[in-house]
Amino acid sequence: MTATTTSAVLAVDGLRKIYDEGTDHANMAIDDVTFDVRKGEFVCIVGPSGAGKTTLLRCISGLAAPSAGTVAFEGRALDSVPDELGLVFQDYSRSLYPWLTNARNVALPLAARGVPRSERGERVSAALSSVGLGHVERKYPWELSGGMQQRVAIARALSYRPELLLMDEPFASVDAQTRFDLEDLTLRVRRELGITVVLVTHDIDEAIYLSDRIVVLSKNPSVVKEIVEVPLGDDRTQIATRASDEFLRLRTRLMSLVMPGEA
Amino acid sequence: MSRMTTSVIPTAGRRGAARSPLRAAGRVATSLWLPIALLAAWWAVSVSSTSPFFPPLPTIVAETWNQWVLHGAWTNAVASLRNLAIGYAAGALIGIVGGSLLWRLRLLRVAANPIIYFLYVLPSPALLPAMIAIFGIGEMRQIALIALGAIWPTLLNTLDGMRGIETVKFDTARALRLGGWRTYWRLVLPGAGPQIAAGLRASLTVSIVLMVVSEMVAAQSGIGYFILQAQAEFAITKMWTGILVLAIIGTALNYLFVFVERLALRWYYRSRALGGS
Repeated sequence: MTATTTSAVLAVDGLRKIYDEGTDHANMAIDDVTFDVRKGEFVCIVGPSGAGKTTLLRCISGLAAPSAGTVAFEGRALDSVPDELGLVFQDYSRSLYPWLTNARNVALPLAARGVPRSERGERVSAALSSVGLGHVERKYPWELSGGMQQRVAIARALSYRPELLLMDEPFASVDAQTRFDLEDLTLRVRRELGITVVLVTHDIDEAIYLSDRIVVLSKNPSVVKEIVEVPLGDDRTQIATRASDEFLRLRTRLMSLVMPGEA
Repeated sequence: MSRMTTSVIPTAGRRGAARSPLRAAGRVATSLWLPIALLAAWWAVSVSSTSPFFPPLPTIVAETWNQWVLHGAWTNAVASLRNLAIGYAAGALIGIVGGSLLWRLRLLRVAANPIIYFLYVLPSPALLPAMIAIFGIGEMRQIALIALGAIWPTLLNTLDGMRGIETVKFDTARALRLGGWRTYWRLVLPGAGPQIAAGLRASLTVSIVLMVVSEMVAAQSGIGYFILQAQAEFAITKMWTGILVLAIIGTALNYLFVFVERLALRWYYRSRALGGS
């Protein structure tokens, strides 16, 4: 059974992850997960809390090795985080380095990729302005609000122009208004750069609003319960899209998948 | 954790306020009133003293000028400070490099742990006779003793600081593909910076103590030698001048350290003042 197609950026096949394997307190976080992400697609991964969503993201980003199954990025099996992959964590206040200015935080992956010093300044400014931030280059992350810090983290992940952007609950630590702003920002950036995005969230509304497809995980140990298509088109706005019949239909469907007892 | 605003926090205003000369003068006065009061009390109580062991403070101050500036005893301070500088620098460097190695190499850490704590709790002056046997009675022996004492606080704090860095920061480094050395220079060292600084400060205190102690045994120069020599000659006022010079040097070094630390770890103190990470 090969799920890999030529246009798949990411192919996850029979993924299983067991922590502390072979010991008494072995814990299976993921049992069997298979799905593909096609080029240019926006895929959200949702599931009940404790569904091993973050574990799954760590495995498909190459930060953690799966216990069984394979993860292929552009046809190559993962053994570390690939060069063309950008990661955004939930906890921006920890993932940004407080001893570096915002500009130097964004420049870090550029330096690591051998971008010459003379080019870096321009690339950093471009990345920061693509997330709507100007004039924060000389400031430190902790001088900015939470929403702006997460924008810096997104700019850092975009600065080296990745093929695939993986985001782990990226908007879970900001307030509701900022959350909507950042969702629209992510959609715009994805459209402008033509990149593929995989986003993990526990928020069903957010998943519907952002995705082309939603991978629904079951409770621990995770399996893929269903993959739901989201036919909402490319033009989405917070008010109109969230009030549309299609949105509400999808919402009911996903709620019954994530919380089967209550539907 | 998350702040509910989308605006930039106005730090410029706060810093500007702290810089106003009146505020600065107020801060200096707050931190200096007690030392000045104590000095004044010492002066007042001792000024009419006739005890040969507790000469009046004005006499000590005059004699300090006489001994240390006019009569060339300052060469003792130079000798002491040179040993201190070399010994402290060597100890600090070994501490940081050693701490980093122990952090990186788990096997070494587990194996070295009992030895390190054994050497850490062993009072360094007890090693002085062994040092004399190994290095003879030259300055090398003094430098080696200072270095040996300075290693441990820095080493243990470096290790502890590096182990305390959050996992998310290492995940970030891997996600950005920083690689080994870049991760060390850009993440591990600065991330452990505040605690390394705490270790370096403790090492400085130990170094000053060992500087004096090592000069009191089989030495021909240094402030410790000067103090002990004066006491042996019953030149009690002269002895007090050595102690006074030592106190001044110790205080000056401590303030210099704090000044450099505040500059190097500006991000840390400023982010803490803002209530950030």
